[in-house]
Amino acid sequence: MRVALFITCFNDTLFPQTGRAVVQVLERLGHQVDFPFEQTCCGQMHFNTGYQREAIPLARRFVRVFADAEAVVAPSASCVAMVRHFYPMLARLSGDERLAADIEALRPRVFELSEFLVRRLGVEDVGAYYPHRVTYHPTCHSLRMLEVGDAPLRLLRQVRGIDLVELESAEECCGFGGTFAVKNADTSLAMLADKLRRVIDTGAEVCTAGDNSCLMQIGGALSRERAGVRTVHLAEILASTEEDARR
Amino acid sequence: MTLDAVVTRGHPTFEQRAPAALADSQLRHNLRNATGTIRRRRAAAVGEMPDWQALREAGRAIKERTLRHLDHYLLQLEAAVERADGQVHWARDGDEANAIVVDIVRRHGETAVVKSKSITSEETGLDAALSAAGITATETDLAELIVQLAHDTPSHILVPAIHFNRAQIRELFIRELGVPGLSDRPADLAEAARVYLRRKFLETRIGITGANFAVAETGTVCVVESEGNGRMVATLPDVLITLAGIEKVLPTWRDLEVFLQLLPRSSTAERMNPYNSFWTGVTEGDGPREFHLVLLDNGRTDVLRDEVGRQALRCIRCSACLNVCPVYSRVGGHAYDSVYPGPIGAILTPQLRGLAQAGSLPWASSLCGACYEVCPVMINIPEALVHLRGRVVREGQDARGLRGRLDPENVAMQAVALAFGDARRFEAAQRLLLRGAGPVTRAGAAPGGRGPLAAWTTLRDLPDLPGQTFRDWWRENR
Repeated sequence: MRVALFITCFNDTLFPQTGRAVVQVLERLGHQVDFPFEQTCCGQMHFNTGYQREAIPLARRFVRVFADAEAVVAPSASCVAMVRHFYPMLARLSGDERLAADIEALRPRVFELSEFLVRRLGVEDVGAYYPHRVTYHPTCHSLRMLEVGDAPLRLLRQVRGIDLVELESAEECCGFGGTFAVKNADTSLAMLADKLRRVIDTGAEVCTAGDNSCLMQIGGALSRERAGVRTVHLAEILASTEEDARR
Repeated sequence: MTLDAVVTRGHPTFEQRAPAALADSQLRHNLRNATGTIRRRRAAAVGEMPDWQALREAGRAIKERTLRHLDHYLLQLEAAVERADGQVHWARDGDEANAIVVDIVRRHGETAVVKSKSITSEETGLDAALSAAGITATETDLAELIVQLAHDTPSHILVPAIHFNRAQIRELFIRELGVPGLSDRPADLAEAARVYLRRKFLETRIGITGANFAVAETGTVCVVESEGNGRMVATLPDVLITLAGIEKVLPTWRDLEVFLQLLPRSSTAERMNPYNSFWTGVTEGDGPREFHLVLLDNGRTDVLRDEVGRQALRCIRCSACLNVCPVYSRVGGHAYDSVYPGPIGAILTPQLRGLAQAGSLPWASSLCGACYEVCPVMINIPEALVHLRGRVVREGQDARGLRGRLDPENVAMQAVALAFGDARRFEAAQRLLLRGAGPVTRAGAAPGGRGPLAAWTTLRDLPDLPGQTFRDWWRENR
């Protein structure tokens, strides 16, 4: 299959290694990956912060850039949730019926990585090797907006060498919430403190998730605490092989 | 100052109120215990129901249909109440509702009323209005009594005194009810309140209740509760006044079947409420001899005009969304500065009171969606939150002209939108960030730094910046 990679602005700029990992996994499974250079941002930050008129041109750009793709895959549940659940609302706000129709046509072809692998391709074993103790944080948007369920865990369970440990109260928000972490910094930190304690309690050396934004929140605090736990995007675990481990 | 800080001028914003609550370790402990317990119990009570999702869907559909034809059902309700010898009063706002109640009490020459739990009466400020008119109102719901004795305000829809623990309640009762030597055993605390309240029930001639539902076809009011005080208030006094928001109407008794399953399991985690009281007007020789139903608008018809926001009117006040909310369960109710706290309050209060006065509330959420998942009438709270954020920002931009456009947050958002609007501009911005961010990062991470980065780096490190962007890697390697 020809897969168009929607890297997301955040990963493109701050976490390029996650994008490289997605490319590796998809190519290892025999798919061809395209990267449309005209892509920028889905508009989630503007939309969620209330700057919704400003997000309309970004939705228009997204739809134009990916219109012909067979499948669009992103290593971010919240950006995919933006397209799937909030683009229709944005189209209503714009009053542009053509945009609404284009969005409806594209929506079913936009996937978060784990749901694409497990649900669309029917793959659980991607041939990964990752000999580390890992705990998985299900991000809110992957869980409650995309309803990816246990797709990420199915992928992780097939990784060779992994020691997967359960996170207590895993389904509770880490407190990131985009601009929430800045606008309501104190509340965000109170939520983060509990998430941090639970991650540390697992004894894992790696905390993984399907979104680097949540991982930046959790990882930023783990680093500050010198907790000895690092955050790694799910895609990077799935991309790891025996050769990587020996390198 | 950000847009939302400006539009809520004169009223402390949620983010201004939250830090004090977060720093109160006793409050944090009380909230953690209480919300954690109710959360677990609710999950178990809901887990027993194989058709829960179908019930939620039915609850949503019935409320939606009723709200679409609200005028019809309200007139039907009025006619039915009057047929049963009750009197119906229409109140445009809280002041009108309070004046109607004060007038009824005065006409009977009384100076005291007993009240069962009514959040709607808290919305209108009824107790203060009664007090100003020289009328003493006694709250008879245990938690409401605690809040009243402490001269405090409720901090939860179902458990108004959730911010108190047993030791604090014991101190309060010893001081206010004059029961020396009281222990902090729940049974002893309840008994002290019971003895105090029993006398009030027997000597007070006017009772005031809220309503969980009002059935249009028969004019029947329904109140469900756990303590029996609602039953006492509805049956012992000579005169009964019920204050209800206009959204409480249901077309038929058959509709109650759905809600009497949804509400107790979502709210108190019970299969059925211990007390389910229904009354229809006045019945000769049984209960109150006079019945008044006060129907309150107070902004609700304005809410109906907003196609996305109006789903908030489906709310049946179960408070499940409060208990699962990661924000509410840490900050508590008072930071919301409203009788409707938590996620539902964050979408209801700004709509009822106006975006100008409660405009910070839609941002009091990380949009985690836990509220939507448990809502028994499927109110998509995250959707309504972002919708209201949009309204607040747009109204700020449009109404404030140049000042609105020069707001620092607005300027930053416009600049970023411009960069995202074109791939070349986006790449230039990326390069600027990756090359220029070294000093930015260090400045933001410095103690006492200012701006958004400083807030971020109080307790978190920023990630290491990569040597190249993803697209540059792709260019080099593909």
